[in-house]
Amino acid sequence: MPLRSVPEKAYRWLDERMGLEDIFAFLRHKEVPQSSSSIWYYFGGVSLFLFLVQVTTGILLLMYYRPGTASSYESLQFIVSKVNFGWLVRDIHSWSANLMVLCVMIHMFSVFFLKSYRKPRELTWMSGMLLLVLVLTFGFSGYLLPWNQLAFFATKVGTDMTGSVPLIGDYVLKVVRGGQDVTGATLSRFFGLHVAVLPGIFTLVLSFHLFLLQRQGMSQPVDWEDLPPERKPVMPFFPNFVLREFIFWMCALAVINALAVFFPWELGIKADPFASAPAGIRPEWYFMFMFQSLKFLPAHVGPLEGEFLGLMLFNLAGVVWFFLPFWDRSGGRGGTARLVTWLGVFVVVYILVMTVLGYLLS
Amino acid sequence: MPESGDKGRRRFLNFVLGAGSLTFLSAVTYPVLKYLTPPDTGAESGNETVSAGKVNDLALNSGKIVKFGNQPAIVIRRQDNEVKAFLAVCTHLGCTVQYMPADRVIWCACHNGKYDLNGINISGPPPRPLTPLKVNIQNDEIFISREA
Ligand code: FES
Repeated sequence: MPLRSVPEKAYRWLDERMGLEDIFAFLRHKEVPQSSSSIWYYFGGVSLFLFLVQVTTGILLLMYYRPGTASSYESLQFIVSKVNFGWLVRDIHSWSANLMVLCVMIHMFSVFFLKSYRKPRELTWMSGMLLLVLVLTFGFSGYLLPWNQLAFFATKVGTDMTGSVPLIGDYVLKVVRGGQDVTGATLSRFFGLHVAVLPGIFTLVLSFHLFLLQRQGMSQPVDWEDLPPERKPVMPFFPNFVLREFIFWMCALAVINALAVFFPWELGIKADPFASAPAGIRPEWYFMFMFQSLKFLPAHVGPLEGEFLGLMLFNLAGVVWFFLPFWDRSGGRGGTARLVTWLGVFVVVYILVMTVLGYLLS
Repeated sequence: MPESGDKGRRRFLNFVLGAGSLTFLSAVTYPVLKYLTPPDTGAESGNETVSAGKVNDLALNSGKIVKFGNQPAIVIRRQDNEVKAFLAVCTHLGCTVQYMPADRVIWCACHNGKYDLNGINISGPPPRPLTPLKVNIQNDEIFISREA
């Protein structure tokens, strides 16, 4: 039997059972619009790549990580000082997490400003918003796992907010923390959330998100609306777009590696529930704008607690943002919808200003 | 896909793509494989000296299991007052052995393997003698360590 026919036969065998031909035909014909805003198309893919990096490094960390107040910190110490390339795996996991939040944000805002959320992509937008919330929850729950001092207090502050909700606040707080305070019980809960609950939900929502993307194709720029088909430049998805995407992935990996090598994450000192909070305690950068906004609110606004009011406003803003495809009816598919664009600009500026202030004032 | 073109250039680009991907894959695989290899923690290799308690707490013609690193060791005080120690790991399939005072043998319950008091396999499936440990008695305290 000539050698070449072995992979060929294998392919045939699989094709008969899975209809691979259809998939390849689909890929061959799939096209990506080519325009001045094409660069933004890559951030979704990069976010996906970073998710894969997180899954891989996360599983690797699980090989040595032992959750528990007496072992979390110690096992991390072991990983970064004793295990071969353990420091690298841990640093990539942390840096890639931060980069992922950034890429997901950029992806969201580019979709917002390119108006790609409009019909028929409402569900893509909403599942994307869900993914964003999940990414933030991933970040928040993972932050506590090294059980160091900063993580401990960040979690205390972060979860404390749920307590300000009237009536059910106390109950919610207890559920989130696994008790009245941040303890080993909180650590167990966050660990379970981080490595079991979230990955499962995330994978489901992500599959749905990508499925919609494949069904609908990438959205075309708004100003293409009235162009004849021959004036809409496109690029084959495979291999042209895929190879370009690949270059972006490699760049992202290079950036993460450089950050991991030159700016390693400190393990800090082990959490001590009976020590007082260290000076300059603050949340991760992507929560900074909320943290800072809450600080600006007075303790009481009318009959309400300031903190609670702030939280409600943020939640409300989140809900409004989530349903964006349903209230942005300005101009239908092709309109420019100035007002919506300006709202987006305002949100971006607000987040940037609050984040910068957060770092300057603390 | 290019319809025509310089075959040499195409081949060169394919080579660059292939070699690049291969380099990338090995650059990722190597650290991962190294990472998965557990580092030597000392406890594992058991190259330390472990106290096995007082001689007088161990009756004549009796034995006990003690922790040696993360492996079990068996310490036996023979009828003639000599103290012997072995790794308590059966050389057959790795069960932990025990001392049988009645027959004066070291016995493995898993497949009825037997060793004499010098750790030599005398009956049953074990293919090799038990790994002997060095015994050092100081002020009535038994210290065991791996034989050099
Ligand atoms: S394992 Fe000891 S006799 Fe089989």
